[in-house]
Amino acid sequence: MIRVIVKRLLVGVFVMWGAASLIFVIVRVAPGDPASLLLGPDAEPEQVRELTARLGLDQPLVVQYVHYLGDVVRLRFGDSYLFNRPAMAEVFERLPATAELMLASTTIAVVLGLGLGLLAGGRPGGALDRVVSACTIALQSFPTFWIGIMFILIFALSLRLLPSAGAGTPEHLILPAVTLALPFTATVARLTRSSVAETMREPYIQTARSKGLTERQVLLGHSLRNSLIPVVTIVGLHMGGLMGGAVVVENVFAWPGVGTLVVDAVANRDYTVVQAATFLVAGIVMAFNLVADLAYSQLDPRIRVDGDAA
Amino acid sequence: MRWLGRIPYVVLAVYVAVAIVGPLVIDYNPVLTILDDRLLAPGSRVSSGGTAWLGTDGLGRDVLAQLVYGARTSVLIGVSTVLVSSVVGTAIGTVAGYFRGWLDTVLSRGIDILLAFPAILLAIVIAGSFQRSVLVVVIALSATAWISFARVTRSTALSVRERAWVDAARVLGVPRRSILVRHILPFTIGPVVALATLEFALVVLAEAGLSFLGIGLPNSAVSWGQTIANGKQYLATAWWISALPGFALSLLIINIGILGDQLTARYGRGQTGRLR
Repeated sequence: MIRVIVKRLLVGVFVMWGAASLIFVIVRVAPGDPASLLLGPDAEPEQVRELTARLGLDQPLVVQYVHYLGDVVRLRFGDSYLFNRPAMAEVFERLPATAELMLASTTIAVVLGLGLGLLAGGRPGGALDRVVSACTIALQSFPTFWIGIMFILIFALSLRLLPSAGAGTPEHLILPAVTLALPFTATVARLTRSSVAETMREPYIQTARSKGLTERQVLLGHSLRNSLIPVVTIVGLHMGGLMGGAVVVENVFAWPGVGTLVVDAVANRDYTVVQAATFLVAGIVMAFNLVADLAYSQLDPRIRVDGDAA
Repeated sequence: MRWLGRIPYVVLAVYVAVAIVGPLVIDYNPVLTILDDRLLAPGSRVSSGGTAWLGTDGLGRDVLAQLVYGARTSVLIGVSTVLVSSVVGTAIGTVAGYFRGWLDTVLSRGIDILLAFPAILLAIVIAGSFQRSVLVVVIALSATAWISFARVTRSTALSVRERAWVDAARVLGVPRRSILVRHILPFTIGPVVALATLEFALVVLAEAGLSFLGIGLPNSAVSWGQTIANGKQYLATAWWISALPGFALSLLIINIGILGDQLTARYGRGQTGRLR
């Protein structure tokens, strides 16, 4: 068990190195000179040269890369070009908002998705199953940002029930969280449904039924726990992904999270912030992946035996 | 009831037809703003005499024309990205699955690194850092799209390479390249086509998201995402600008999804779901 964790951590370190390097390459290959962007179009060539030297941007790429790696290890990404504060501090400041949105939407999605999936999987092929299937197809097809805008139209502008943008109160959280939750609800519902349908075919379910238990007791008491195992994994993976992947929804609702920070930073060529944010997000995704994998191997005794499930 | 299953094909054909023929039939200039015709409701007359069947936007531009040209953008970028990523992914995946060894390990680690980033984030960083163009968007979206193809073809190659006829070919001294092309590759086509349909849907959605954020495509290009973004500030007064392109987009994706499911059921190789 410990060996598995250590091995995963080592792979994780390698992946983080790869991720940091990839970010470095993209940012350096991209056009645009940070120094002249910082100083503006009226800058003197002399000033640009001086700032370039000060930022260390005139050194050979390899040297810059080595310095970059050394800084990355210490989580030092330099100062944001726009805000003149450490880039990582900017990112950390935005984390709680994104985490809040992620937790809220995941909770909604899991509760709804599990419910729908259980209803559908309990009786595969039935009317409820077909309705749920149709709903999930629809939910996964609508662009989330468009759903968000339609929600704003309906709930914020027409009915005036909820705020249309920003953060701060629980009311502000509702629309973005629900919008973000919908596609994942469909995913959870589909997975739960097929997982339940599969477990319900197991011999021990037949035993439970022949003992005289009601269908609901069989479903909830015996098959639920085992059906949940794959769901746990994708929930973990999804949570990690949401920490940096909810960009568009954050933008629609002007939610002050990491996603909007990255979009602004990219638009403004604030490379230090882009690097810091993407690196941190990658780290968070890796952490969630690791936890999800470990949880999976803990929950399913069948795979615990061979240790490494990959 | 057989014809019900044919509906997605028909709908998709309509979209493709609109994408190809539409821009030839309807004229549209995204840069031309006719301020007299701003924010007209669907069905209104415009100053030049015609009718804006789906209304106009904040700069007086016809929404129906934007839908038609947007269809072309979506189909173009969708097809291009899927082509590029399926070719790259299949090539890499088949080679890695057949030869295994260090090639396979390098590939798996490479995929791990790419997967550490949420796909949309990576696409934003790539598309936002370079000069705006269709090519940049295709590259940005392909950067993560190829992975699914690589995985599917890799697992296909892994299983097919154990078959008797591949062994026989090896023993007979058939060059490796020929084995790959004639014995392994044909088995990948089914799953790849099924996956391509689903990836097309994802790419169209992703492109709409990028355009909504104002990243990637130049302002002179028309995209549903852009139209939706433009309409956001007028939601209270001119809801049709944001609503209609979204309907068009959703309808397209739903039908592709149904089609993709059908294809996967028939040709897919037990893919248990894409985690994006």
